[in-house]
Amino acid sequence: MRLSRRSLLASAAAVGGTAALAARPARAQQATLKVGVLTDMSGPYQDLAGPGSIAATQMAIAEFTAANPGLRVEVVSADHQNRADVAAGTARQWIDRDGVDLIIDLSNSAVALAVSGIGREKNKAVVATGAATSDLSGRACNANTIHWVYDTYMLAKSTGGAMVKAGGDSWFFLTADYAFGHALERDVSEFVRNSGGRVVGSVRTPFPGTTDFSSFLIQAQASRAKVLGLANAGTDTINCIKQAKEFGISRSMKVAGLLVFLSDVHALGLDVCQGLVLSESFYWDLNDRTRAFSSRYSPRMQGKRPSMVQAGNYSCVLHYLKAAKEMGYAQAKADGAATIAMMKKIQADDDCFGAGAIREDGRKIHPAYLFEVKAPSESKGAYDYYKVLGTTPGDEAFRPIAAGGCSLVRS
Amino acid sequence: MMMILGIPAPLLFGQLMLGVVNGAFYALLSLGLAIIFGMLNIVNFAHGALFMLGAFTSWGLLNYAGIGYWWALLLAPLIVGAFGVVLERLFISKLYKLDHLYGLLLTFGIALILEGLVRNYYGSSGLPYRIPAELQGAQDLGFMIMPNYRGWVVLAALVMCLITWIVIEKTSIGAKLRAATENAPLVQSFGINVPRMITLTYGAGVALAAFAGVLAAPIYSVNPGMGANFIIVVFAVVVIGGMGSILGSIITGFGLGIVEGLTRVFYPEGSATVIFVVMVIVLLARPAGLFGRAH
Repeated sequence: MRLSRRSLLASAAAVGGTAALAARPARAQQATLKVGVLTDMSGPYQDLAGPGSIAATQMAIAEFTAANPGLRVEVVSADHQNRADVAAGTARQWIDRDGVDLIIDLSNSAVALAVSGIGREKNKAVVATGAATSDLSGRACNANTIHWVYDTYMLAKSTGGAMVKAGGDSWFFLTADYAFGHALERDVSEFVRNSGGRVVGSVRTPFPGTTDFSSFLIQAQASRAKVLGLANAGTDTINCIKQAKEFGISRSMKVAGLLVFLSDVHALGLDVCQGLVLSESFYWDLNDRTRAFSSRYSPRMQGKRPSMVQAGNYSCVLHYLKAAKEMGYAQAKADGAATIAMMKKIQADDDCFGAGAIREDGRKIHPAYLFEVKAPSESKGAYDYYKVLGTTPGDEAFRPIAAGGCSLVRS
Repeated sequence: MMMILGIPAPLLFGQLMLGVVNGAFYALLSLGLAIIFGMLNIVNFAHGALFMLGAFTSWGLLNYAGIGYWWALLLAPLIVGAFGVVLERLFISKLYKLDHLYGLLLTFGIALILEGLVRNYYGSSGLPYRIPAELQGAQDLGFMIMPNYRGWVVLAALVMCLITWIVIEKTSIGAKLRAATENAPLVQSFGINVPRMITLTYGAGVALAAFAGVLAAPIYSVNPGMGANFIIVVFAVVVIGGMGSILGSIITGFGLGIVEGLTRVFYPEGSATVIFVVMVIVLLARPAGLFGRAH
C-alpha cells in the first residue's frame, strides 16, 4: 500500500488527537494501575486458575475502586501455555509496551521462576499465587516477588506430617518425573523420616504423556507400604486416584494427594475421592467470610466455587491496591520493589485468608488446613466436598525463614 | 516367591496383563487409522480428538439424556461416525488429489479446533464417568487384582478388531473397498459408487475411534486432552505395524502395549519413550513397517 502525504498527515493527526483525548481525563483526576493475569487458559491448570483467576482479580479491583474512586485499574490477561519462554515473552511485552505494574497467578513453577526474574530486572511487582515451588521464597527469592497461596514445603508438612501421625509410617511415592515432582517427593520424604516414618520406594512416571498409571500402582501395592504419596498434579493426580480405586489399592493403602485442588475433586466425583487426605490454604466453606467471598464469585463463574489459587488472586490484588494507596499510586507505578516492601509492611486481611503477614523473604503467611474428602452420603451437594481434619497455624505452616536460603534475609 | 529376572513373578505377570489392556486401546485406535490411511490415503490427525469426542458423547448421553453405558457403546460411535461423514464430505474430500501433507494439516487443525471447543465448554480437568454397575468389582487372579472392567475392555476390543478384519478381508464389501484403493476408476466403471464408499469408510474409522473413546471413558477422566495423549503413540504403532496394514496394526497394538508394560517394571522413566525407540529400530531395519508392503 502506498500512502499519500496528505493521508499520512491526516491519520497522524487523528491518532494524536485520540491519544490526547484519552489521556486528558486520566491526567485530570485519576491514577491508573495495570494488573496482568498470566495464567493457564488452555492446559491442565485451566480449571484451578484460568478464567476463574481473571474473574477473582476483577472482583478485587471492582471492590477496591468502588471505595476509592480516584483510581482506575485495568486488567490484561494471557495464556502462559505452561511454557517459561512464552511467559517470559509476554511479561516483557506487558511491562515494556503495555505499562503493566503487577503480574499475578503464574500457575506453573517454571513460569513463576522466569517471570519473577523479569519483575526484578524491570522493577515491577510479581505475586505468584498458582506456583508450588518453595524456591520462590528460598534460593530464588527477590525483592520484587511475593509467593502467596501455598508451596511444596507447606503441602509436605501438612499432609505428610499428619499422615505419619495417624499411623501411616511407611510410604511409596508415585512421582511426576520433572522438577516439581522431585521437589515435592524430596520435601515430603524429609517430613516422613523426621516424624519417624520411612520411605520404602518410589517410581518416577514420565511427564507429560502418562495416562495409565495402573502398572505403577501395582508396583506400589507390591511394596506393602501403608501410604501411597502422589507427588504429581492436575490430570495425573486425577488418573492416579481413579485407577487406584479401580485396582482396589485404596482399600489396602491410604492415598495421600500431595497437591490436589477442589476442581480435581469435582472432576473425580466423591465416590472415587472419598477418604482422600489433602492440604489447602483456602476452602470456600471454611467460615462466614470465605462463604461470603464464594457467593460473590460463583455468579461470575457459572456457579463454580473458587479454588485456593483463584482466591489467592483476589486476596493479593486487594492487598496490592491497599499498599499502593498507602504509598501513593504514582510511587507504586514507578517502583515495584518499593510497592512490594509496602505490601510486606502493612497488615494483610481479606475474606479468603483472613489476617496474615508477608515475611521478609516474600512468603505470605496464613494457616494451612488439612482436609479429608467427604463420602457421597455426607455431602449436601455440588462443591460440598471437604471436612477439616486439622489446622496448622501460619507461623508453623511454612518453612522457617532462616532455612530457605533467601538472600534478602539478614542473618 | 518365584523370581523372573530379579522381578517377583506376580508383578511381572501383572504388568503383562496391563500391557494387554493398554494394547487393546492402541489396537482399536490404530486400526481406525490404518483403515483410513489405507483407503483414503489421509493421515488422520483428528483421530485422537474423535476418540475424545466419543468419550464426551457417552458422558453427554448419560448426563443430558439419561442414556447409560451400554447404549452409549452403540450410539456414541454412530453419532461421532455421522459427524465424521460430515467432516469428510465438507473438508477432507477436497484434498484427495493433493499431497499427504495437506490432509495432515487439515486434520490436525480439525483436532485443535475440536479440543479447543470442548475445553472451552467443559474445562480441562475432565468429567467423571462411572464404571457400569455390571462390570464393577475385580477378580483376584492370584498374582494381581484384575478389575472386571479392564477385562471387558480387552474382550470388546478383540471382538471389534476381529469383526473389522473379517469385514475387510472376507466380505464382498471389503473386497470392493480393497479394489477401490488399488484402482478407483476401474471399480467405478463397474457401477460402484466409490466416493460414497470412501465417505462411509472414513465414518467407520471414526466410529472405531469413538468406540474406543466410550471404552476409555470410565478408566480415564473424560477430558479434552485424552486423545492428544494417545494419538502420538498410536501413530507410532501404525508406523511400526506398516501404514495401512489392518492385521499389522492389531498385532502391533497389542505387542507394543506389552513392551510398554514390561518397560514400566524394568525402567519406568523410559516407558513413555520405549515405543519410539522401537519405531526407530523398525524404520531402520524395515522402512515399510513390520507388516507393510513397500509401494
